[in-house]
Amino acid sequence: MTDPMQVPDGGMPWLDASGPHPHLVLSTRVRLARNVSGHPFSGRNTVEQRENVVAVVAEAARAVPALADATLYRLDSASLATRQWLNERQLISRDLAGLDAGGRVRSGAALLLGRSASAMINEEDHLRLQGLRSGFALEAAYAATDRVDHELGVRVSFAFHPEFGYLTACPTNVGTGLRASVLIHLPALVLTKEITKVLQGLAQVGLTYRGLFGEGSDVLGHLFQLSNQTTLGKSEPELLDHLGRMVRQVMEYEERARGVLRRDAAPALEDRVWRAWALLRNARLLSFDETVNLLSGVRLGVGLQILPDVPLYTLNRLLVLAQTAHVAQAAGVSLDDEAMPEHRAGFVRRMFEEVDRK
Amino acid sequence: MSQCQACHEREAVVRLTQIVGDDVTTVHLCSKCAAERGIETDAEVAQTPLGAFLAAMGKGSSPVAAASGAGEACADCGATLHDFRSSGRVGCAQCWVTFEQPLRDLLRRLHGATRHTGESYRPIDSSQLSPTELRQRDRAALREELRAAIEGEQFERAAELRDQLRVLDTS
Repeated sequence: MTDPMQVPDGGMPWLDASGPHPHLVLSTRVRLARNVSGHPFSGRNTVEQRENVVAVVAEAARAVPALADATLYRLDSASLATRQWLNERQLISRDLAGLDAGGRVRSGAALLLGRSASAMINEEDHLRLQGLRSGFALEAAYAATDRVDHELGVRVSFAFHPEFGYLTACPTNVGTGLRASVLIHLPALVLTKEITKVLQGLAQVGLTYRGLFGEGSDVLGHLFQLSNQTTLGKSEPELLDHLGRMVRQVMEYEERARGVLRRDAAPALEDRVWRAWALLRNARLLSFDETVNLLSGVRLGVGLQILPDVPLYTLNRLLVLAQTAHVAQAAGVSLDDEAMPEHRAGFVRRMFEEVDRK
Repeated sequence: MSQCQACHEREAVVRLTQIVGDDVTTVHLCSKCAAERGIETDAEVAQTPLGAFLAAMGKGSSPVAAASGAGEACADCGATLHDFRSSGRVGCAQCWVTFEQPLRDLLRRLHGATRHTGESYRPIDSSQLSPTELRQRDRAALREELRAAIEGEQFERAAELRDQLRVLDTS
């Protein structure tokens, strides 16, 4: 097996801030849940049946142009550090990485990673096809995922019901199987305490939010993943269009809140972002949570041109590279190394020194 | 979920998100500590995200659901409605047919709809498709992605896709 840590560019082009509205929206993800017909779903299948799913999908994928450049990584034979590393890059879910079950990974868990799209194999559903794009790019992320779906779907038979649509293990995903999510930075809405109203409003129109790391994760660094709650009864373009319109509205609210902060609380705002700047560049011990919260302040300060310009790509990359498995890899230590906060602070400082030199 | 952050003893079942001052903070609490803070939980039945719905199904708020699935097992995977209620997960494609009515009731509450109106799909035996048909489908999907790349001003990606289309067109 190839080592995923050797993937060129590490599967992170979605972080490069090249997409539309990069200062507010970090990335857009579209995923489609699919199951291979004739095979029980993940909760009720055997080791052999999961192996068979991998074999069927891998065989079909070889003939799929959209996955021509994809590599298959077996996660059930990968180390915990590798699986956590892939999860930190948002390439696989916590479930597939086996991070929730005390580090135990499901047999047959695999990742087909291509440049344009990827497929998680033997997740809660047999297949979670996903496209990740930089910035606010619902159309492009969907087109890439849809293409894999079409090309794979004529070579592998998917479970489909004339009334319920694409069948999934969890009824919350049935129908289109589509979950589109937009990772958006909303510090001003939090600082002006408008965020509760906004999130309640989104819930009323069938949208939901999660933290940086998906289902069940905390909101850190004022980063919210906004996504559609329902998957049935609306077509794919309708779901995307609805989410897109709401996200644009939230972006407007955030810009307006930034304007209010600048006008009514300039000294407090400037103090806050300069403190974040100073701490990130000088702290000797940093937890990941603190790092993300400080990065939020710096991102806001750069966006409002209060702070010196730091490339958004650097700030985005730090969100991934300051996580435990990445810091451990860079420092050459194990995941449970006691000096992790020190390694992290050192890594962050060096990233900023690099920016200064350019 | 993790350990309760108040008593550090029991398993946390509630995620409480609060906005205190400037920050969004999240606390994980067990049902007892949550209750002490005046937060009602239905933790015993809400172990899965669908727990509340499923419990409601069992309690007979949906009589059809309780009646039709009782004891019946899926012919393909052997799962019963009870298995579904406790795991929140459907066993296989056939389960969707076996437990059609209770699932339909659940879908109505989850999605406000029961009928898929998105892309339709005909499960196909791929060997029935000729190479030409396969190529036509691939080409159509590729063109769609190219269009989206251009609209999204992702020109580098668009150039790659154009090259891929050329290869397909000449093969």
